[in-house]
Amino acid sequence: MITIKKTKNSRALKDAVEALSGVDLSVCYQCKKCSGGCPVATLTRSRPSEIMRQLHLGAADELLGSDLVWMCVSCGTCSARCPMGIDVAAVMDALRWLALEHGAPKPQGNVPLFNRAFLKTVETFGRAYEIGLIAGYKLGTGKLMSDVEKFPVMLRKGKIALLPPRGGDRQAVKRIFNKVKASTGAKS
Amino acid sequence: MKYAYYPGCSAESTARDLNQSALAVVRALGIDFEEPKGWTCCGATAGHQTDRLLAVSLPATNLAKVQDMKLDMVVNCAACYNRMKVANHEISSRPAIRQGVHDALDRDYDGSVKVRHLVEVLLDDVGLPAITRSLKRSLNGLKVACYYGCLLVRPPGVVKFDDPEDPKSLDRLVTAMGGRSLDWPCKVECCGGGLALSRTDVVVRLTESILDMAVQAGADCIAVSCPMCQMNLDLRQQDINKRPGKNYRMPIVYLTQLLGLCLGFGPGELGFEKLMVPATKVLEKVNAHA
Repeated sequence: MITIKKTKNSRALKDAVEALSGVDLSVCYQCKKCSGGCPVATLTRSRPSEIMRQLHLGAADELLGSDLVWMCVSCGTCSARCPMGIDVAAVMDALRWLALEHGAPKPQGNVPLFNRAFLKTVETFGRAYEIGLIAGYKLGTGKLMSDVEKFPVMLRKGKIALLPPRGGDRQAVKRIFNKVKASTGAKS
Repeated sequence: MKYAYYPGCSAESTARDLNQSALAVVRALGIDFEEPKGWTCCGATAGHQTDRLLAVSLPATNLAKVQDMKLDMVVNCAACYNRMKVANHEISSRPAIRQGVHDALDRDYDGSVKVRHLVEVLLDDVGLPAITRSLKRSLNGLKVACYYGCLLVRPPGVVKFDDPEDPKSLDRLVTAMGGRSLDWPCKVECCGGGLALSRTDVVVRLTESILDMAVQAGADCIAVSCPMCQMNLDLRQQDINKRPGKNYRMPIVYLTQLLGLCLGFGPGELGFEKLMVPATKVLEKVNAHA
């Protein structure tokens, strides 16, 4: 059963998601194909079809704390299989943008931290720097020892670059990041 | 045949083998690649999960560079390919986004640069007959499970790569090389992609079901064309094998590595030494009757 907590302005989240994603939530007729194909739906408490229904019924910002919001791997299977052509993956992106903007509770595994660490290396070097990303993420989570046994082998095989990338147009990327920060506040 | 080649960040790090083998293949087939000067990151999953303007502008700055080169853009990483295509789609269909990108780039870009995956160039521009004529070795009936993952085929309306549920592009190339491409149900399943570090448990579960299906189908190897898929499927076998009764030894090779072998290159020229699970069986099979 789908339950939602009603609030005074119960359309606020639905309207925001529809505006950001360009999706008309009312055309979803709950066939649940999106949940059937979702690779993580058996691991999460909420499923894509439930998120769609809760949004349509006027769920409040609480929904932004659903585990699926950051467990969703952006594989796009939901969108590809929706018989109504709803871009469910775009709805999930919109929920993530709103979750960041509204400071929704951080999920297990902290994907936003991973994303920040990734983007920090891009902002700094113009290109992604995997060792910088791994270091930034591990320092942020405190889980320093996970996967450490793999690095010596990967370095020996030349499977991961030790030094940061050079040659990227850092100025162009810096300009983009500054524009994004100016247009949305300092969320990224 | 000349194209602007966007290698993508992983080409300089975790997917040097993909880059190396792709460059060998195009050299052998007489394709000319020129990198856009100062190319930068496409933003990947982290970009589009964070902010729309960022998600579109990071690919767009590269697309704009390629527009100045007056060439089609060839991408070999499925993730970069996807971000470039989505950016083009958003910019050309939503004027407000085009304006936002204009502000971020300090120049206009209309979304019109043609973005191609290397596999599309091989099949559509070079063509199977020309490829077949250039082959120096055969895969000798090697049983290959072709794995496409998510980002090559979805969203189908935007990437327009192949059938989104049962793609055959990689299979056609494998067959042309004398391999046996397997009919198996995990071609477009997800490996867990960007959750590699943040939710390794999820990646281990998803990759195991893919590996298990490849084993059941009798595969000698899985052929991929996405650096993220390669990494997850190759690297996580040792995590899965820590559990009792598990002993996966499935080589995860790039399609361009297989093609490179068949075009006469040696394993060292194609980055085979970088694979975590050695592709010994593959090399034996191909070299045996070379």
